[in-house]
Amino acid sequence: MQARKPSLGSIRRWTLFGAAVALLVACTSELPEEVRLKSASQRKATPDFTLKDSTGATVKLSDYRGKVVLLNFWATWCGPCKVEIPWFMDFQKTYKDRDFAVLGVSMDEGGWDDVKPYIDQHKINYRVLLGNDEVSHLFGSIDSLPTTLIIDREGRIASMHLGLVAKSTYQKQIEQLLEAPRDVPKTGAVRAPGSEFALLRAN
Amino acid sequence: MMPKPEPVVAKAGGTVEVKLPLQLREGYHVNSNMPPDSYLIPLRLTWDAGAITASEVVYPKPSVLKVEFFSGPLPVFSGRFELLTRFKVAASAQPGLVNVPGKLRYQACNERMCLPPKTIDITLPVSVTR
Repeated sequence: MQARKPSLGSIRRWTLFGAAVALLVACTSELPEEVRLKSASQRKATPDFTLKDSTGATVKLSDYRGKVVLLNFWATWCGPCKVEIPWFMDFQKTYKDRDFAVLGVSMDEGGWDDVKPYIDQHKINYRVLLGNDEVSHLFGSIDSLPTTLIIDREGRIASMHLGLVAKSTYQKQIEQLLEAPRDVPKTGAVRAPGSEFALLRAN
Repeated sequence: MMPKPEPVVAKAGGTVEVKLPLQLREGYHVNSNMPPDSYLIPLRLTWDAGAITASEVVYPKPSVLKVEFFSGPLPVFSGRFELLTRFKVAASAQPGLVNVPGKLRYQACNERMCLPPKTIDITLPVSVTR
């Protein structure tokens, strides 16, 4: 039996499709590694938690499903965290009308007595929650601050950053997610970040 | 690992100085005992009072860092350094071994990240003599 010869239209369609795929691959591979998001199939579901915010309201992370979320674990004693906070305020202001939200989770041992004055002093414009060990363990024990997750609209972890990274890295990742088509979520466990170890030692 | 001061011998009614040598992992620093920002956690060595009581803790001169989150110079300790404590031994102290409990509180960072504050228990063995 003789194979059917492809039509000119069919060849054109496949050529265009191939060119689009090649362009997409080229664009993705041009991004520096730290800016690249996990592919949708590699993303794991973000563990859900419920915490109180600085007004006393109960906040459940899964209520943010449908939004791109920057989830930042921080503390008032953490210098590098304070470098990032003005950036996150900018993001909140810039993207809040595009289904985006910043959530800060303070890991201060002193609780709201430590955190509220800082929020007021710096006029933080996004929701700040008070974290605890239970929530920290959900994410594999948050030992290093800042730790920041970029969560896609389906509630999956698209990237995780331990320590201070460039503002442009966050910005590019947020924009990639805001511009991405919506996807069907898959569930799975969260990769635990590495634990830190004892730092001080006697001579 | 827990900081362990060397055992010392002290006379009842006298004084004794004890050095606590510390070393930080490369690239990390702890805040000085007097950080210029109230949100920063100072390095603090404290000892329980008893027959042997700390009269003074002497911290070394800190080095200075320029950091993005604070407008002025930030005094920190890094690398190897020692904390010196001066103790007074009560005249009524009984001869023999006395373990003086203490606590070292610190909070460490490197350029990119910080670790949570920690409090370490320390025990100083003192042989009291007449």
